[in-house]
Amino acid sequence: MVLKVAGAARGLVAAKTLVHLLCLAPAAWLGWRIWLEFSTGDGGLGADPVAAIEHELGIWALRLLLATLAITPLRHWTGQTVLLRFRRMLGLYAFAYATLHLTAYLVLDLRGYWAQVFEDIAERPYITVGMAAWLLLVPLALTSTKAAIRALGRNWARLHKLVYAIAVLAVLHFWWLVKSDIREPLLYAAILAVLLGWRAWHAWRRRVPRPRAA
Amino acid sequence: MSLRDALRIPSAEITDEAVYMDRRRIVAALGLSPVLALSGCAEAEPPPPPRTRVAPAALRSGFSTAEPRTTYQDITTYNNFYEFGTGKADPSRARKTLRASPWSVRVGGHCAKPGRVPLETLLAGLTPTERVYRLRCVEGWSMVIPWLGVPLADVLKKFGPTSKAKFVAFTTLADRAQMPGIAWPSIDWPYREGLRIDEAMHPLAFLVTGLYGKALPQQNGAPLRLAVPWKYGFKSIKSIVAIDFVEKRPETSWNDLQPSEYGFFSNVNPDVDHPRWSQKTERRIAGTGSKLFADRIPTRMFNGYGEQVASMYAGLDLRKWF
Repeated sequence: MVLKVAGAARGLVAAKTLVHLLCLAPAAWLGWRIWLEFSTGDGGLGADPVAAIEHELGIWALRLLLATLAITPLRHWTGQTVLLRFRRMLGLYAFAYATLHLTAYLVLDLRGYWAQVFEDIAERPYITVGMAAWLLLVPLALTSTKAAIRALGRNWARLHKLVYAIAVLAVLHFWWLVKSDIREPLLYAAILAVLLGWRAWHAWRRRVPRPRAA
Repeated sequence: MSLRDALRIPSAEITDEAVYMDRRRIVAALGLSPVLALSGCAEAEPPPPPRTRVAPAALRSGFSTAEPRTTYQDITTYNNFYEFGTGKADPSRARKTLRASPWSVRVGGHCAKPGRVPLETLLAGLTPTERVYRLRCVEGWSMVIPWLGVPLADVLKKFGPTSKAKFVAFTTLADRAQMPGIAWPSIDWPYREGLRIDEAMHPLAFLVTGLYGKALPQQNGAPLRLAVPWKYGFKSIKSIVAIDFVEKRPETSWNDLQPSEYGFFSNVNPDVDHPRWSQKTERRIAGTGSKLFADRIPTRMFNGYGEQVASMYAGLDLRKWF
């Protein structure tokens, strides 16, 4: 029995290590290309590496956010409650990529035109929603510790329902910056619609009282 | 033909000095037009252009900029040419599919000599010269590009446009076999652009046949494209197969797709933002160093060609006719 538990724990550690590596891989690959760009002038990031860096960090933030939202439906589907052990780390990685994305915009893209930040946030809807999404992620990241979960009690779950709004804002942020070819944002919107739609359906089904067995 | 020869302008066409000296006031007035114009009703046709001429010396100063150039590599790997896909690198990958030769252009509409002409005939008697122009993309980045080509006016005049020719419409090739991006309707193909006749006849409007002294690469719009440096890049239509002299403002692709975001004129203007992003500054992609810290620079009115072109828009509310 003890052995079995220890084996499962080892399996979990291995799985978590693997997920950590998978989550870090895009950042490592991008970091390597940035280093090449910096040192040799060509890291394969194209003529406008700043835009490429922003886009890549943003897209990974969105992907990880959707992965976080996929955990609960996947758990119901597979019955594997162990999946929940990965939700926090995926969410925190989404936050990390979103923070790097924002940093790239502020440091590499705006390049000292700081005043434009406020104008952009106020006047550019896609930046407004992007900024809102990041700001809403902050309290979720801050309350992701065990202590915070205990301290907040039932309010923790309520607070973390914000992630649905954040995901919608993140998809809008992508959608609104595209000029005409909406295929890629549409794909993410469709995935989000499935993930949120499943939750709505699930909630509705649970509300409808089932006929009792005679 | 030297640049100087190309610029022989009849004395009758030279701007009266008083008008010429007044140009800065005109430029200043253009930049300061108030926002309230936005509430005005939308008219279908822009008002006719004023009859003005710019001094040759002022014109010539727009032909070449000494700013650091964008590398050939960057110019040929970072393209918006949706016929080959909407990714910036897509056009350079698909370049082998576009057959730039043989090429012919159909010229029609209000002109004395319409017809389909081979590219060689279209350019016959004209010697390509180099123009180093700034290119400002509506997306907020810019390049400095040494084009090879001929003044658009020299080609248009060959066909004898009549007085009814108030606008010039251009059409890009739309051949699914050569252009994989056509399979997806990101734009209502074929790509179309247009200029008012005075814009098309302006000495800065350039019909491009080459880049960095070499033949124009496919991804940059081979074998024939426009370079209209005071307008956002999408006005500089690529791989032209048709030129039409028309009386009414022609339909243009981006304007068609989203009229609130892309105007017919689409003159570079830092004071009129794209509804979704600022046009006040631009990221300059130039030089051979790392572009990781590429400069963000202020965008200039008419992309810095105000001295040459602003008089064409005197009296025009540029917030309304963006």
